[in-house]
Amino acid sequence: MLIYTLKRLALAILVALFVSAVAFVLLRLSGDPALAIAGEGAREADVEMIRKTYGLDRPLPIQYLDWLTTILRGDLGQSLYFRTSVWSLIVDKLPVTFLIGGLSILFALALAIPLGVLAAVFAGSWIDRAALAIAVVGQALPTFFFALVLMMLFSIQLRWLPVSGSDTWWHYVMPTIALGYYVTPPMMRLVRAGMIEVLGSDYIRTARAKGLSTTSVVFKHGLRNAVVPVVALAAVQLGYLLGGSIVIETIFALDGLGYLAYQSITHKDFPVTQAVLLLLSLLYVLLTLAADLLNAFLDPRIRVA
Amino acid sequence: MMDTGIATPAPAAVEIALPKPPSVARRMFGHPGLVIGLALLGLCVAMAVLAPLIAPYDPYTQNLDARLIPPVWLEKGSWAHPLGTDNLGRDYFSRTLYGARISLLIGLSVMLISGIIGTTLGLVAGYFGGRVDLVVNFIITARLAMPVVLVALAVVAMIGGSLLVVILTLGLLKWDRFAVVMRSATMQVRSLDYVAAAEAAGASRLRVLAGEILPNVFPHLIVVATVEAGSAILLEAALSFLGLGVQPPLPSWGLMIAEAKNFMFFSFWLIAIPGTALAALVLGINLVGDGLRDVFAPEGRA
Repeated sequence: MLIYTLKRLALAILVALFVSAVAFVLLRLSGDPALAIAGEGAREADVEMIRKTYGLDRPLPIQYLDWLTTILRGDLGQSLYFRTSVWSLIVDKLPVTFLIGGLSILFALALAIPLGVLAAVFAGSWIDRAALAIAVVGQALPTFFFALVLMMLFSIQLRWLPVSGSDTWWHYVMPTIALGYYVTPPMMRLVRAGMIEVLGSDYIRTARAKGLSTTSVVFKHGLRNAVVPVVALAAVQLGYLLGGSIVIETIFALDGLGYLAYQSITHKDFPVTQAVLLLLSLLYVLLTLAADLLNAFLDPRIRVA
Repeated sequence: MMDTGIATPAPAAVEIALPKPPSVARRMFGHPGLVIGLALLGLCVAMAVLAPLIAPYDPYTQNLDARLIPPVWLEKGSWAHPLGTDNLGRDYFSRTLYGARISLLIGLSVMLISGIIGTTLGLVAGYFGGRVDLVVNFIITARLAMPVVLVALAVVAMIGGSLLVVILTLGLLKWDRFAVVMRSATMQVRSLDYVAAAEAAGASRLRVLAGEILPNVFPHLIVVATVEAGSAILLEAALSFLGLGVQPPLPSWGLMIAEAKNFMFFSFWLIAIPGTALAALVLGINLVGDGLRDVFAPEGRA
């Protein structure tokens, strides 16, 4: 387990470094940051001056290492558009995004696990087909379209929920549904496939042979084993969600990280874009690391590979 | 001549009736999901191909006297504009038809670009294993760590939105699933006897990869390709919806929804029509993918 953990950790660090290099190069290619800082219509001499003060005239690899050490010290730079430190912006917006991300995952799990179990237990029946239909439609529905339909239905027609903003819990209902439905299908398919496999295994047959009731077999023996890979997938999906929440946050005007990323991109505020990109990537690396270690801990066979 | 009375046995009588496995065609048409999927996809392809013939108006011509006309099934709608007009008086039916072209073009070309990159990486990693596999695995992991939507938005914002930029960006970003699936499929096939036989017969590596392995992992490739085409179409729509995909006045369905957003409270059809078209196309593609997987590997249903 120790060797596996170390190997996995080394991979995670390498990936994080690689991603940081990509993030750096990508946004440096986006245009001359000196021009962006100087603003439109700045004199050439001023731009040159800025280039010198910010060290933008040095070779790229040196600038990268310099940038990396600054970031590792916790300094993410200044936002060009919001005129405050990037770090404070992110700390400010992170809770909203984490809240929708967490709520959406819970919503998806609450939908995926019962549906997946039912579909597996009654495989081939109309319940199975209905669950499959929910999954197939969920995969085809554009998130932003679904969000607008929800808005039209619950805010305009029924007047049950507020259109946009993030003041009360009610504001989170539609974003949670829109985002959660989007990650439900893969989870549901995994629960179903896992349950079908588990229900056909020897220990389930033994449990049945002992005369245990179906409910007990399904929930106590089956689900517990089928749900392990789903937890791992949920961790990975949380990473996807944070990326996907850009669209949802923009639609519902939720003041989170996704909306911040969108604003920074449209305003060419490259330090913010870079920081959000880095943060989301790092989060994904950590989540997959945690999921892999959890899986290896639960299933010793993985550690050998 | 007298008849000998011995009947010569008809040669056909010895044929033993073996239960024939159902043909691929029969399996395809016995699969309702696949049939529905093919119908939806076929409809969208027909819309795209026949757009210049069917469309009653030019999709770009504005008519400020005929703005926000509702579709024919609503009050005040008329057959002059079956799906109504948008806020600039452009015929919505014509725009929806031409929108199918953009979505299909995106789906197909992104699938091709990402398919070539991902399949090559996956085949090479799965076949050679060892260090090559380690490196490819690292590239895949690194790519997965970057959120596609954010990177695509940033790239399109810096280069400028156009159909070509969107296609290239998505194509260069979305190869991960191809690589992951092709890698594991190749690993399974690589240890089979016919691959060893080809190697023993002295076939070059390229020949083994292209001639022996690729045809045998092809069913997996088809399934991934359909899923990825659908997801590329949804991504383009999302990018265009956020204003960082293809640019106006192109009739991209995502862009049409974005343009209609300000009028949605009074003219919801402006959003419902392109949204339904998008969902139907992607649903069709996904159903075809699911169906093909079942047809190719009926035992591997999950």
